[in-house]
Amino acid sequence: MKLIVNGQGHEVAAETLAALLTELDFQGGWLATALNGEVVPARERGRCRLTEGDRIEILAPMKGG
Amino acid sequence: MLDLYGQKLSSRLLLGTALYPSPAVMAEAVKASGAEIVTVSLRRETCGGKAGGQFWSLVQSLGVRVLPNTAGCHSVEEAVTTARMAREVFGTNWIKLEVIGNHDTLQPDVFGLVDAARILVPEGFEVFPYTTDDLVVAGRLLDAGCRLLMPWCAPIGSARGPQNLDALRSLRGHFPGVPLIVDAGIGRPSHAAIVMELGYDAVLLNTAVAKAGDSVAMAAAFGKAVEAGHEAYGAGLLEPRDMAVPSTTLIGMAAFL
Repeated sequence: MKLIVNGQGHEVAAETLAALLTELDFQGGWLATALNGEVVPARERGRCRLTEGDRIEILAPMKGG
Repeated sequence: MLDLYGQKLSSRLLLGTALYPSPAVMAEAVKASGAEIVTVSLRRETCGGKAGGQFWSLVQSLGVRVLPNTAGCHSVEEAVTTARMAREVFGTNWIKLEVIGNHDTLQPDVFGLVDAARILVPEGFEVFPYTTDDLVVAGRLLDAGCRLLMPWCAPIGSARGPQNLDALRSLRGHFPGVPLIVDAGIGRPSHAAIVMELGYDAVLLNTAVAKAGDSVAMAAAFGKAVEAGHEAYGAGLLEPRDMAVPSTTLIGMAAFL
């Protein structure tokens, strides 16, 4: 299905957010995720089902002021 | 000691982690400054989590507390969502809440800021609001449950130093028990000393250190200036006078004529 991940279109097989992270090779306990503007905690990613056109944000720690 | 949301801190300097020539220089600058709190952000991960992971490992190795920000957010919704994601990643209730209202000045949208604070405080966040020096807004932020305030003294990254000492003084006078941290606009150590001499509790800065010719040396200089200003405030400063007042007594002067 087609998803928007960090603003970019992706065609993926993953049906859950956890599977999406694996499929796109995102690793690390320091990642934060949101689905259509709502935060999805790490422990809920396995149960978080994706549907066509979903917008996913995958964020990581970065330098800041 | 400085007390921010129950955390006792020896250093009154909070340092940003952006814009340094390299991560290694950033790490050295943090150490040289003596800062016990550094600000961090969340951004889209582009290389499978590796870039963020490296940065996060480096910050963790510094042994300091992190204050995640919502930098770049222009709406309440963006800032609130970013704060919730930051709590998930960084494992802290602290959030430097920024809701930007103007692209050119990076002036806080104080209306959105108060709205966002009203949402986040009941969720258990300990909000560090990046605000202007407006007295009434400061009162609204405290009403919303913020227990400290972070007014700018000039626009972010402008290095102009305190633009409105009267407003900063007024905030200090009206909220004697509230930790006040000048965040943004500091360009040089003397600026930091000036606001600390007004009785401010701490200073948060980034660009002035990161973009200095020698970030590590400048970080140390800021650490000293903040400490000097704080000690001077506690010592009681001499007020300016209109006329000269001799420091050497005239009594006992020789008469040569």
